[in-house]
Amino acid sequence: MKRKIARLAVETVAVLLALAIFGVPISYVLTNAGKSSAAAAQMSIAPAANTQYLANFSSVIAQSSYMLIRAFLNSAIITIVSIAVLLGISSTAGFVLERRKGRGISWINFLVLAGLMIPPAVVPTIWVLKTIGLYKNMMGLVLVEAALAFPFSVLLYRGYMGSIPRELDEASFIDGCTGFDLFMKVIFPLMKPVSATIAIITSISVFNDFVNPLYFLPGSKNVTVQLTLYNFISTYLNKWNLLFADILLISIPPLIFFIFFNKKIVSGMVAGAVKS
Amino acid sequence: MRRKLIVLAVMAAIAAASGFAADRQKLVWLQWTNEPQQKAIDAVVAAFQAKYPIDIEFEFKPGSSEGENLVKTRIAANDMPDLLTYNSGSLFQVLNLEKNFVDLSNEPFASKLLDSFKSVVSAGKGFYAIPYQPIPAGGILYNKKVYAELGLKVPKTWKEFTANCDKIKAAGKVAVIVSYKDDWTAQLLFLADYYNLQAAYPKFAQDYTANKAKFATTPAALRGFEKIQEMFTKGYINKDPMATTYDNAQAMLANGEGAHYPMATWVLASINQNFPDKMKDIGFFAQPGDSADKNGVTLWMPTNISIPKTSKKIDAAKKFLDFFVSAEGLAAYMSVGAPDGAFAIKNVKMPEGLFPATKDAITYINANKTAPALEFLSPVKGPNLPQICVEAGMGLKTPAECAAEYDRDVEKQAKQLMLPGW
Amino acid sequence: MPSLTSRLYSYKFFIPAAIVYVLFFLAPTFLSFFFSLTIWTLSDWKFTGLDNFKIFLTEPSLNIGLRNSLVYATATCALKVVIGFLLAAFLCTDLKTKGFLRSMIYFPNILSTIAVGIIFGSLMHPSHGLINTCLAAIGIKGPDWLGNPRMALFSVVLVDVWKGVGIAMTIFIAGIQAIPQHYYEALMIDGGTAFHKLRYITLPLSRSSMNSVIMLAFIGGIRSFDLIWVMTKGGPGFTSDLIASIIYKQLQGGFYGISTAGNVVLFVIVSIIAVPMYRFLTKVEVDL
Repeated sequence: MKRKIARLAVETVAVLLALAIFGVPISYVLTNAGKSSAAAAQMSIAPAANTQYLANFSSVIAQSSYMLIRAFLNSAIITIVSIAVLLGISSTAGFVLERRKGRGISWINFLVLAGLMIPPAVVPTIWVLKTIGLYKNMMGLVLVEAALAFPFSVLLYRGYMGSIPRELDEASFIDGCTGFDLFMKVIFPLMKPVSATIAIITSISVFNDFVNPLYFLPGSKNVTVQLTLYNFISTYLNKWNLLFADILLISIPPLIFFIFFNKKIVSGMVAGAVKS
Repeated sequence: MRRKLIVLAVMAAIAAASGFAADRQKLVWLQWTNEPQQKAIDAVVAAFQAKYPIDIEFEFKPGSSEGENLVKTRIAANDMPDLLTYNSGSLFQVLNLEKNFVDLSNEPFASKLLDSFKSVVSAGKGFYAIPYQPIPAGGILYNKKVYAELGLKVPKTWKEFTANCDKIKAAGKVAVIVSYKDDWTAQLLFLADYYNLQAAYPKFAQDYTANKAKFATTPAALRGFEKIQEMFTKGYINKDPMATTYDNAQAMLANGEGAHYPMATWVLASINQNFPDKMKDIGFFAQPGDSADKNGVTLWMPTNISIPKTSKKIDAAKKFLDFFVSAEGLAAYMSVGAPDGAFAIKNVKMPEGLFPATKDAITYINANKTAPALEFLSPVKGPNLPQICVEAGMGLKTPAECAAEYDRDVEKQAKQLMLPGW
Repeated sequence: MPSLTSRLYSYKFFIPAAIVYVLFFLAPTFLSFFFSLTIWTLSDWKFTGLDNFKIFLTEPSLNIGLRNSLVYATATCALKVVIGFLLAAFLCTDLKTKGFLRSMIYFPNILSTIAVGIIFGSLMHPSHGLINTCLAAIGIKGPDWLGNPRMALFSVVLVDVWKGVGIAMTIFIAGIQAIPQHYYEALMIDGGTAFHKLRYITLPLSRSSMNSVIMLAFIGGIRSFDLIWVMTKGGPGFTSDLIASIIYKQLQGGFYGISTAGNVVLFVIVSIIAVPMYRFLTKVEVDL
């Protein structure tokens, strides 16, 4: 009995602490996003007397000739195409990387692992993009995002390949399959779970990425949602209500993913970190 | 986009009204995005299009170095519009004006422009652009109500200024508003001190560009950093300086919480938006120097419009420039509101309803007590100046250390530009 | 079966990956060694030897980033490891609200860094912010979190930990859950306390997840840029500049050579730390 009470007390304290540390900032944003500018300037967490969520959302959306809508579209395109490119290049590479052994393969492994750690060289990448005409171009950003996420996802694929028996390969070889057939018809379908994990994790990280669009997609034509938020800091000055309304709007897609794919996200993070 | 639509709508209306849309020439104008004066520009364009069979279409380019690079690339690619908006001064002059732009010195409107403006858009014997907005003046904006309450007089020397500050502080008000959260605003006391620096050392810009004069070793140049720091050490500034924004500062000045705000007159339009009824309380004076008989303002030369030589419609473009600086053009410009500074054009009759602070600034211009800011006289401006000014303003480093740090920053810039002598 | 290997697992499969990875990652990395030795305008360059490195390492406004980045990475890493581990150990015990608490702590990870920066920028306002208002209510005068040159870097560290501790915790939880239950049972029979369990079983057997967390957090921290950029822009003055924010500022200023030199410096630091990590990773692979 005593232990039960003690446990209950500990648990209550834990929940209260978590609410204070992680819940308060979130509810601060939630309440202030619905206030008037003047009320939000008080920086208080107290609920507003009368809320104006709709007005705030619509003024955020209408800002700078509906920049946010364009930004959502751009971010969606960049995210989806990045995932497609990433899955394409890392599944093929992961497949061969796991199946073959040898000196060449160790070198490739080394280069991939190095990519997990080495900071990307910003200006030379800009120079490369400029040279091939992809600077300030969404396709350029897509390729950079794919290149930067490549090491992590190729490791996930390589790890997963280990669980696919080689007997399958041999059987299809006897059936007269080429390597390409084998990969397309047998291996890639079997790797669906890991593809899904990578797609989900990458979608959140690319959608939330601020740094790479800042480097490789400057200018107002090709804004992404995170860049709009960044630009709004100076546009809105002290209008915290609008900034927070913007934050709410652009956090919706990752939030939906989090609600539906919570387990996959977490297991993917762990697999990437622990397995390698 | 919306702007383009408005222009298009205006064009369509005119075309419909005049009954024929054919035979109209079209000029392409490469313009900044987010130009604060765009409303006035649109008014001029509309008036021009109504008068002549020439349409103007905007293309927009980003501001800052990105826009500069864009223009340089397009010049190299022979892909220039018919009209170009650009910064005046050394930034413009590095574009090889004689080769790339149309000389305007023989145009009838040439004699209308102020010489101080022409000097920052000229190369060799010619000059290459017209001013496109009023001239911003840098100095100190002050709250007249506070001055009246405390019986203060506009200071002519730095000593008088600090004496005023002491009294304001003693009265429990903020003597000097600083907004270091927006760190570019920290530079104003430094940049607007250039009139005083030039008064003490007339050839400074030249020597500085040639690597012969340094901020750290020129006492008059060091004053800028010293003045910033003095605000801090004497306790004149507001609390939470690092959390105060440009916007906050405007409110503090308008409401009389603070008495002085070192800034340029471009802030007036924005104060007017939020506090139109307080504009009458806001005045302006030049940043005081060390002697009363040398008291004048530092001017930011207005952005300009030029005609690239590659244009196929130079005559039409010239017509537009002529219209822009004509009485008619200026009337259209001022039809959307009183300008926030003097024009770099002679004998412009200013309308009623100028802000008092604008009038104050114009007094200095009419008395010819002006100097251009250093950035119009020298291509060398270190990119870290805002942060270095914050260091001075927060007492993190001594003025001498800041000056030495800025000299190194400037050196990097000069080397990057591959200037001779560095 | 060499024919099978070369027929099924052709090197051609590497071609798409090679194009993207070489062009947009490896090539720029190699190019950076060259361009860090030049004055570079992107279209033109002039060789200047080690000048850029000299500038980067001697100028106070630049080399402060070196020190700050090390402090930042060490502090965020240490806090994430300690707090993440304790949270994981706690949340692996028999709690009813376990799932709720885990989700709550993980949640900030799905917010974008820039959103988090803005939120805390507001919470940390020196006189109106919620944090200092709360502190004032219990009689403490809160510091100027982001405006005090001695505090700014540390304040951003705290926000970084707030955002990232969930990942560390999740990795630790996975590690702890993999520990066979009978170890604990054996200890219980010997009369061990909860502290003993933590000290003699959980901690040593979480070594591999600890290594992962350390490397992830440290390398993440040393490359970090976005949070500091949104919250302080490296200020007041230069006091909270990190290597990465300096690299960006030099890029903005058009000093492409110096910016690239900064990248090379960062590369060297990461390599010094990454070599042991690579050894560790390959060793783990052999074990598997």
